[in-house]
Parts: sequence; C-alpha cells; structure tokens
Amino acid sequence: MRKLALSDEVLLSIEKPARYIGGEVNSVMKDKDLVDIRFAMCFPDVYEIGMSHLGIQILYDMFNRREDTWCERVYSPWLDLDKVLKEKKIPLFALESQDPVRDFDFLGITIQFEMCYTNILQILDLSRIPLHATDRTEEDPIVIGGGPCAYNPEPLAEFFDIFYIGEGEAVYDELLDTYKEWKQSGASRKDFLRQAARIEGLYVPQFYDVTYHSDGTIESFAPNDPSAPERVRKQVVMDVTDASYPMKPVVPYIKATQDRVVLEIQRGCIRGCRFCQAGMIYRPTRERSVETLKEYARTMLKNTGHEEISLSSLSSSDYSKLNELVTFLIDEFKDKGINISLPSLRIDAFSLDVMSKVQDVRKSSLTFAPEAGSQRMRNVINKGLTEEDIITGAGQAFEGGWTKVKLYFMLGLPTETEEDMKEIARLSDRVARRYYEIPKEQRHGKCQITASSSFFVPKPFTPFQWASMYTAGEYDRRAHIVNDEFREQLNRKSLKYNWHDAQVTVLEGVMARGDRRIAPVIEEAYRLGCLFDSWTETFRNDLWMEAFENTNVDISFYNQRVRGKDEIFPWDFIDIGVSRSFLYREWERAMNETVTPNCREKCSGCGAAGFGGGVCYEGKN
Amino acid sequence: MKARIKFRKYGALKFIGHLDVMRYFQKVMRRADIPIAFTGGFSPHMIMSFASPLGIGLESDGEYLDIELTEPIASNEAVRRMNEAGVEGIEVLSFLQIAEEKKMTGMTILAAADYLVTPKQEILPDAGSAQDSLSSDWKDQFNNFMEQNEIRVMKQTKRSEREVDLRPLIYDWEFRGDSIFLRVAAGSSENLKPDLIMDTFLKFTGAVSENSEETDPTVTDFGVCQTLNGQSFTYRRLEMYADTGKDGKRNLVTLESLGGEIH
Repeated sequence: MRKLALSDEVLLSIEKPARYIGGEVNSVMKDKDLVDIRFAMCFPDVYEIGMSHLGIQILYDMFNRREDTWCERVYSPWLDLDKVLKEKKIPLFALESQDPVRDFDFLGITIQFEMCYTNILQILDLSRIPLHATDRTEEDPIVIGGGPCAYNPEPLAEFFDIFYIGEGEAVYDELLDTYKEWKQSGASRKDFLRQAARIEGLYVPQFYDVTYHSDGTIESFAPNDPSAPERVRKQVVMDVTDASYPMKPVVPYIKATQDRVVLEIQRGCIRGCRFCQAGMIYRPTRERSVETLKEYARTMLKNTGHEEISLSSLSSSDYSKLNELVTFLIDEFKDKGINISLPSLRIDAFSLDVMSKVQDVRKSSLTFAPEAGSQRMRNVINKGLTEEDIITGAGQAFEGGWTKVKLYFMLGLPTETEEDMKEIARLSDRVARRYYEIPKEQRHGKCQITASSSFFVPKPFTPFQWASMYTAGEYDRRAHIVNDEFREQLNRKSLKYNWHDAQVTVLEGVMARGDRRIAPVIEEAYRLGCLFDSWTETFRNDLWMEAFENTNVDISFYNQRVRGKDEIFPWDFIDIGVSRSFLYREWERAMNETVTPNCREKCSGCGAAGFGGGVCYEGKN
Repeated sequence: MKARIKFRKYGALKFIGHLDVMRYFQKVMRRADIPIAFTGGFSPHMIMSFASPLGIGLESDGEYLDIELTEPIASNEAVRRMNEAGVEGIEVLSFLQIAEEKKMTGMTILAAADYLVTPKQEILPDAGSAQDSLSSDWKDQFNNFMEQNEIRVMKQTKRSEREVDLRPLIYDWEFRGDSIFLRVAAGSSENLKPDLIMDTFLKFTGAVSENSEETDPTVTDFGVCQTLNGQSFTYRRLEMYADTGKDGKRNLVTLESLGGEIH
C-alpha cells in the first residue's frame, strides 16, 4: 500500500484531503529505482482546477509512455495545508509517489494565466528549491515552464531554468534524452542548460542580458552565451491527428471543474480577433481527423467511466467535420446516459438543432460572445459577429424554447467611446425585445438576458500589444456608464449586468507585458503573503500595491504608456511564426476600423504558412 | 433485477467522502460494463443506493450499495470486472441478487452495525506523548461504564437536541486486544455513532469535564487534540445488519446474507 506524505491528523484537519492523496484511476505508478528521469508536472492552482487541464494530461501520458521516465503530478496546496507544511516543515510532495518534489530531476510548471505567479513561488518555496535559477545546484530539479504565459516569460525569467516555447509534443523527448546523457556524464548544471539552449524552442533566461534606455524601454536583448540562439522559435506539431493523446486520462475522486472526457478537435483559430492571444500563438489552425476523434471518444469513455464528453477548441463551429462528429456522438452515446457538451458553438440553425437534442432547453442558457456592443467596436477588434447574427440566432433560440441568454463583452478596448460602452446595454435590450416579439401565448414567461463584461488586457503577440490600458478607477467609471445605461433600457427587468474586478485587470496587464524588472515585485508580493491571486476570496490588492511601492516599480509605465511602432518588447526574441509586421498591420487596420477576412476566406500573409501545413494549405494539395 | 454489492474501503481511500464514493461507483459501473439501470427523464441517472454513508476518515470491511440491473450478470464475473476497473483502497467483496420489493433496500432495512474502536497510539497509557492519555485502568473503567443501566446523553440532531439513553442502543460489545468491538443500532429509526459512545465514556471517566462542549477543546492547527475526545480513537466499520426478528425479538443478519449468488 502507498504511504502518504501527510499523517491522518493533518489530512483530517484540512479541507478536501482527497486533493493530496493521489492514487486515482489511471494515475501511473512506477518503480522509482527502475527509471532514469523523475518529472514532477505542476499546475500552480488547486487540484480541482489543475486536474481539469488537458495539456497536463497530454504531457503526463506522453512522458509516462517512456520507460525511462516517471511523470507525477503536483498542485498548489490550499491555504490550510500551505500553513501546515510551513509550520511543520513538511516538504511539498508529488501525488503518485508522495516523495518530495526536491528529489525529482525536473519540476515542470504550466503557466496558464498571469495571476498564478505568486503560486509558482509557493511551489518552489514549499519544495525548498531556491527561488532564483542561478542559486540552484546540481541537487535541485531543473525548473521548466511552459504554456501561454511562457510567450512572455520575462517577469518570471529569474525563477526558471528553462522555458519551453510552443506545444509540448514537439521537443520534450529530445530534452529528456539530452538530460539522461548529461546525468550519466556528471557534468555541471550549467553544462546541461547549455545543451538545452541548443534545442530549438527552449529558452534559458540566464544566457541572455537586457539593457534599458534611460526612459525605461529596452535598448538591447542579447545572448551572453554561445549556446543560446538570438531568437527562440515556437514549436508546433503539424500532424495533430497522429500526435500523442491520452487514452486513459486520470479520473479524480473529487469533482474537478472539468469532470468529463475532453476531445480536442483542432488547434488554432482561423478568426484573427485582434485581442486574442490564443488566436495568434496557436497558428496555423490544424484539425484532427474525425475518424480518429470518434475512436478516441469510444476508448476514453470506456477507460474513464465519465458520464460526459466535451469538445475542446477555440471555435468549434469552424471545425469542418463538426456535423458528422456531433451526429456520431449523439447516435452512439445519448442512449447510454452520456451527456454531450458543446462549448464555443456559433448560434445558428444547426447548432440549435444539435443543442436541443443534447440539453434541456428550458434549463440551459445560450451563450453569445459579441465582445463589443457596437458594430464599430466589433470592426476594431475584428470580431466577425454582426448584430444581425446575434438577433437572428437569439430569435431562433427563443422560438425553440430557450429563455436564457448570456452575452459576453469586453470593456476598455482601444478607441472605445462612451457610445460604444452604452451599446452594450442597448444590444442586450434589443435581444430581449426580440424575445417579446414572440406572441405571449407562445413564449414561456420572461426572458433572462445576462450580460457580463471583463476589462480588456493587451497581450503579447496580438495586434493589440501596442494598446494602452487604463487605471482601475477609469475601468470602474466605464463599468458604471454601462450599468447606468442598463437601467435606462425598456426591458431592464429582464436584463442583468455583471462586471469583473478592475484591480486584478491592472495587475494582469503588468504581468502580461512586463519585463525582468517585474520579478522583484512578484517576489515581494509573495513575501507579503499574496497567494491564489485569481481567487476573489484570497486576492489582496493592498499587498500587491505595497509590493510595487517597496520595489519602486511604476504600474503606469507598463499599462498606460503609449508604445511606439519600433519599441523592443520583452518578448520580441520569441518567433511565433506570425510576423511582427503582420501584427502591426492589423493594429493599423484596427485604428481604421477595417475588418480582416478569416484564414479560410483569404490569407492575410501572417507568416504561419512557414510551418508548412494546417489551414494555410487547405485545398492546395 | 436488483443486486447488492458489498465492499471494503481502506487506506488512503478513507479520505474520500460519501458523495465522491458514489461518483466513484458510477464510473466503475461504466468502466466494468455492469448492466445497471437508469432512471427516465431528460438527465437519467443510475439506480443506486447506499445502505449508510461512511464518515470521512473511517475504514470499513462491510459497506453496501444496492443497484438495479437491466439484465443478469454472474456474481463472480461482476466482482472480477469491478475490481479490475477499481483502485487500491476499494475492494468489491460480493455481488448478489436481492429481493425485488422496494422496502428491502439496504437503506430501509439497516438495523445495526459493528465497529472496532481503537485508541490512537499516542493516547495509550504510558505513550509518553505531550497530550493527555488514558489511565492505566481504562479497560476497567469502560467495563463499569457499560454496566450502567442507562447512559443518558444529550444528542444533537440537525433540528433539535434531545436526551437519549445510549445503553439499549448498544447491542453487544467486547474487548479485542486494545480495541473495543461494538455492535450498535444503525439505520433510519435509531442510529448511534461510536464516537458519541467514546465521547460519553471519556466524560464518565472524568478525563473530559461534563460541560466541555461549551469550553472549546484545545485543538492545534494540525487537528491534534491536546485533551481527549471522540477523535482520540480510530473507528473501523466491520459489518451491517438487517433485523429479521419478529414480535420485538431482535434477530440480526448481515445485509450480505439476504442476497443470493447470480449464476
């Protein structure tokens, strides 16, 4: 029987002890003496969030297919256990073996959102790994980061030995092989990092130096070691159909956020919304074959026992075989009590027909993401959805029996005027009006339109990377303009408006486009007690502000400043395959309110065709 | 067709709560291809009921759940498939056919349960630990405690507080080494939890003052009680019973014995 790292007393004194015991169905046990490489894979948030992440399941499965490697999982201990581990001096452990993370060869951390940065320091701290890469010795694991936030790794640069830029399926095998050879050679840690830096897609921050102009912008960014390349190229898997995919994902005991089989139907998105980082960094769009997906669905449902299956992609409606796949899932599994969940579908006759088959129309709600209230604003952000699409889609839905609609918007977008803000409320009202056009005896009581807005945060590698942000006070003012306008609407009793916290937005902005000078702020915030910053109940803006003050870092430099066309950005050394000139062209078209066609309509020459596949070559064989 | 499944829960799985054990079995049913029946309606769910939820932290050798089958499956085949699809920490012991009547489910007929109560190492006499421990004659004290004609105690329920006599709800007991075996009333009409007995015993011995519920027991951050209470013991459920006796005469039979092998 496995021995647990925590005593019964500790486990019974904390919330949800099942977060820390491992041993779940499909979790992988190996003999640690029979493997060469022990890899601790970490999602720096609580178990229920981390277990819902597809990327980790993919890498966990891929690494464990190697006989010489045992990959285990690590998640952030919640505040209750955090306190116990610190007071009792118990080192952080991996779930499978329950062994200390510090004994591992690698600690891999996936960085999915900016507000997890203090949690990364918690993981290092509790594992007793020095926070700074240059303080680590041959005894410490190699700390490697990946995921979307690795596309601007600079705020975290000094905490990581390596960043992996791109899709994990591509060069991890090469890295592990290199590691194994190095370990046997007995050479220094630095020597291994040099070998790693030579692998395409791997960034070793300590081999680069940054200098700054007197105005604070970057003057130069250059390698200081011959093994480090000038530019680091994003790694992609061109054949997603044959790429590694977990047929036996780990099944948690406690309810995870995503408690279902997830089928990734495609990678990338053809739409080119100008605010969207995923839409740029995952180019080119690549589809997985529908026959493969059908087989995966069968096998994965059988191996997990899950009662739900969900499709995953940035825009499912753009998957060319969607109809065939969804029809198959309904025919095959609906009678077996399997729920089919279809997120990110464009609302039209087809999707409404499908959804009426898989969900209870009266209970479920339909979601539209117009992102902006006015057509002018939607042209700026290149969101192809028109008001007619929304009203027609909502109308069909209402006639099909739905009464609940959710609308997602962003506030604080570049060029946004007061008119644009107010249009959020007016558009919501026009959706409600469409409902009340249905004769009274044919409709089911009142409709419920819920509009939510988040504040826009400019992200690296998007056309909006040049955009300025606002202060928390200005964001609040804008949300109140929208809220006041909602109260003026005819159908205000059927409308509801929520908005996100502005303080988190400001921090997210600093982390997203920050440089190496942000690291001390993160370290200071952690020291002051910031943890789980993405959780409303634990977010401490006052402590964060104190951290900025103590480290003399000016938020407005990162958020409100206007960035010039040719300014060197901290992330410019990364080559995502989409050119900076394309992004700037898109920024200019945004300012001119000009829409750019999607990848299937017309190629705009972003540069992703250089990868030699995907949507760029559709119909060209 | 109805079937009764008996299982054991041990090791790390004792930290999995009742609702998660239900979810666990729902997934086992699918992985093991057990022909379980579903309810109707828009979101059908499996027809499955547990005899009695087991608290977090407890191990058990005798847990029961009843399910409805759409077609027969051989007992040994079902046990094998469920264990193959399962994890270390939950072991299916038997899979038997039971009577069709609704009032015969484990939950309805449950009348008694066996527990093994063991003092934690650190509270044994002369354990040498910093906290309070049992006195060296604790077994004699327990004997005296059980020889009382009545054991009156305030029992807290969700809605109210009432005085109950625990003694008639304890059907049988004996020492087994340093542990105490207890057979107590269980089910919907009378349900006695063994930690209430031990709590009451500690008050009886004077190890804990009578009104300690009002004064907060000193609990450290690690949940270790400096003073003795019901949590100073570990509890293991051993078995569950139905009462087939007539005319007020008790005749306890295990829930398992009411089932028959499916061939």
